[in-house]
Amino acid sequence: MANISNPAEPQARKLDTAKVRQARNTGVVLIFLSVLVAYAFAFGTTGDAVFRLSRPNDPWAMPNLVVPAMAFSYIAAAVLAFLGARQFMRSGVRWTSLSMGFGLLLAVAAFLVWATAGKSFSLTGMLQATVVRAVPIALGGLAGVLSERVAVVNIAIEGMLLAGAFTGALVGSLLGGFGGLVAAVAVGGIFGFILAALVVTYRVDQIIAGVVINLFVLGVTSYVSSQVYQEHRFLNNAPVFRPVEIPFLSDIPVIGPVFFQQNIFVYGAFIMVSVATYYLFYTRSGLRARAVGEHPQAADTLGINVYRTRYINVTVAGMVAGFGGAWFTLGSVGRFDEGMTGGRGYIGLAAMIVGRWHPFGALMAALVFGFADSMQQKLALLQTPIPSEFLAMSPYIATIILVAGLIGRARPPAADGQAYIKE
Amino acid sequence: MNEQTDKFSEKLLQRAAPGRVEFEDMVVVPVFAVIVALILGAVAMLATNVDLATIGQSYIALVVGSVGSVNAISETLTAATPLVLASLGMAVGFRAGLFNIGAEGQLLIGGMAAVAVGFSFGGMPGYIHLPLALIAGAVAGGLYAGIAGWLRAATGAHEVISTIMLNLMSYRLVDYFLRLPVVQREGRADPISKSVLESAELPRLLEWIDPNLRLHSGLFVMLAAVLFVYWILFKTTFGFEFRASGANPEAARYAGMRSGLIIVIVMAFAGAMAGLAGANQTLGVLGRATPGFSAGIGFDAIAIALLGRSHPVGVLMAGLLFGALEAGGRQMQVDAGVSIDLIAIIQALIIVFIAAPLLVRKIFPWGFRKEALVGKE
Repeated sequence: MANISNPAEPQARKLDTAKVRQARNTGVVLIFLSVLVAYAFAFGTTGDAVFRLSRPNDPWAMPNLVVPAMAFSYIAAAVLAFLGARQFMRSGVRWTSLSMGFGLLLAVAAFLVWATAGKSFSLTGMLQATVVRAVPIALGGLAGVLSERVAVVNIAIEGMLLAGAFTGALVGSLLGGFGGLVAAVAVGGIFGFILAALVVTYRVDQIIAGVVINLFVLGVTSYVSSQVYQEHRFLNNAPVFRPVEIPFLSDIPVIGPVFFQQNIFVYGAFIMVSVATYYLFYTRSGLRARAVGEHPQAADTLGINVYRTRYINVTVAGMVAGFGGAWFTLGSVGRFDEGMTGGRGYIGLAAMIVGRWHPFGALMAALVFGFADSMQQKLALLQTPIPSEFLAMSPYIATIILVAGLIGRARPPAADGQAYIKE
Repeated sequence: MNEQTDKFSEKLLQRAAPGRVEFEDMVVVPVFAVIVALILGAVAMLATNVDLATIGQSYIALVVGSVGSVNAISETLTAATPLVLASLGMAVGFRAGLFNIGAEGQLLIGGMAAVAVGFSFGGMPGYIHLPLALIAGAVAGGLYAGIAGWLRAATGAHEVISTIMLNLMSYRLVDYFLRLPVVQREGRADPISKSVLESAELPRLLEWIDPNLRLHSGLFVMLAAVLFVYWILFKTTFGFEFRASGANPEAARYAGMRSGLIIVIVMAFAGAMAGLAGANQTLGVLGRATPGFSAGIGFDAIAIALLGRSHPVGVLMAGLLFGALEAGGRQMQVDAGVSIDLIAIIQALIIVFIAAPLLVRKIFPWGFRKEALVGKE
């Protein structure tokens, strides 16, 4: 360290140029979006896009939202161009991520309007599906937050989700929905405990341990599916939790159906995210957990049991993921299919990163993915000229864009991914 | 201080002549890992109502189906070839500190590109057509992986997430590609490509014994790749830079290595290897592309690279083991009616025990020297 005379100054300048570069890049992206919107969505589009806000039997009917397609797209393009141009001015640096977020939102809105031009579809229905589809991703992200805050990288979320889905279907078929749910949570917890044992006690590389758990769960569940379920179908026929309407709140137009006419998985996800936020940031044990993630040595010196903290948090993370996994079977279709989680656990990890290792951030990011997911489903029905395969890719593309675009200033817990060896 | 120099010289000594501890790590631990995994596999079968006689029968089928006959050995080698190719790329990534989960997608993209070249260009001589198709596979896989590398280098997007997303996207891309009129086989409604022309097929090697033996010359491509990766990693400056930036990125940067460029190149290289593996499947085994022709090879490749400790020779050995399990597993399914998914469980267990030597030492304390329990750090 002695040979660097003043390390702070070049560091600051480097940060500055990096920020300016990021602002410029954002500007280029925004202007590109503007051209895209003007050329592809506005040019030659006729008709109005009709978004239905309420359904026929809602107590308070809302009028449809009617948007003139061409005008909307031209306005969106103009705003995008303005935002993009601003990025090249001196003040642009300060608003980079806000402009980017708003710009992306506008571009998506323009895309939706273009796709619906001359047709109509239920916006409320799409938003409702958004929340439903965000649930496993949010819970996966929450599991990631809980374990990474104590510095255990949890690639195994995918496997835990799959294990939860499998157990939910199996036990749910035998004991009913709540039995299945409890069992799914328990099995998720067991895998969390196994992960903790592997990485904390046996000091296996955290990513390797996670990958192994994923392979193992995929193997076991596929094996049982093909070996047992083929013959004994009654073992894979679980009841599904129906939506529970919350009185009064569920009658509010748009918001009611989206948030208050859902099944227990949706409510559970919102409650768990709130509880986890309270635990991590407003309780003593949460503070200790975060200390273990940032500087285990210091935490240990202060008398915090690093190993026990990691065991507990990772096990709880597993339980959260197990609950999220049960969504796939008990919360939607009632039966287990091989590999049915389809990478949601990994998207959950992405949500955690985009949400900056904060439970609410992860939930917000999960809602973005859920939106992309439900949008591609709705658009497939609207018959746009875009091939359905490309529409189906949109959640993944959204993930990449978010991870690539927003990670700039996100910082993982300092000791993330490192084994702690007590001296 | 003194203690540290002692430790250091001990390490140097170990490198010069592998000691007992190293021998235990390289040989004893894997052997125990395989044994324990097989036992636990039997437990899994018991738990799903498979009786003891069938379990015995299935393990016999596992051995017979993997090394018991010329056909079995041919099948083992055929299965091992793409596994080794893809995990060589993975190993290079690990060495450079990159965790590329995307081999599955790179393999699909590479395999598709190889098929596209393979069914076009009729009338071209085989010695041009075949290399061209192989190169197309490698380049396409490399470019696809290069996206993840570039994202990592330019924006810091973690390659684990981006490669997984690229995997998921590749499935859709394959579906789209296989339904394109230029690609889809005439008269078919399902997604299936035209057949690869004979001039682009990897020639079979053992047809003179039995025309059904599937072993093909992709084996030589694989062996060449093992040597090539060994040479790159350990005999070139470039490989040194890979390993240095994997071991200590900060130090590598201070030494003037361009970490961003290295990331992109390593990812592209890994993708090229996976692409070659895909080309190997489409040009050597299947002769066409269908959805999911990758068959999980890309994910097994991760396990193999871990098992082979990211060393080309280790990868070769681990790939042969997995190839044998694959071939034997198919026999097991036929003979004993036990689902081949059991093999996935056994594979995962093998890796977990190899990745956790401490665990194996605890289960088999009598297999190891006593001091080893405390001496390893």
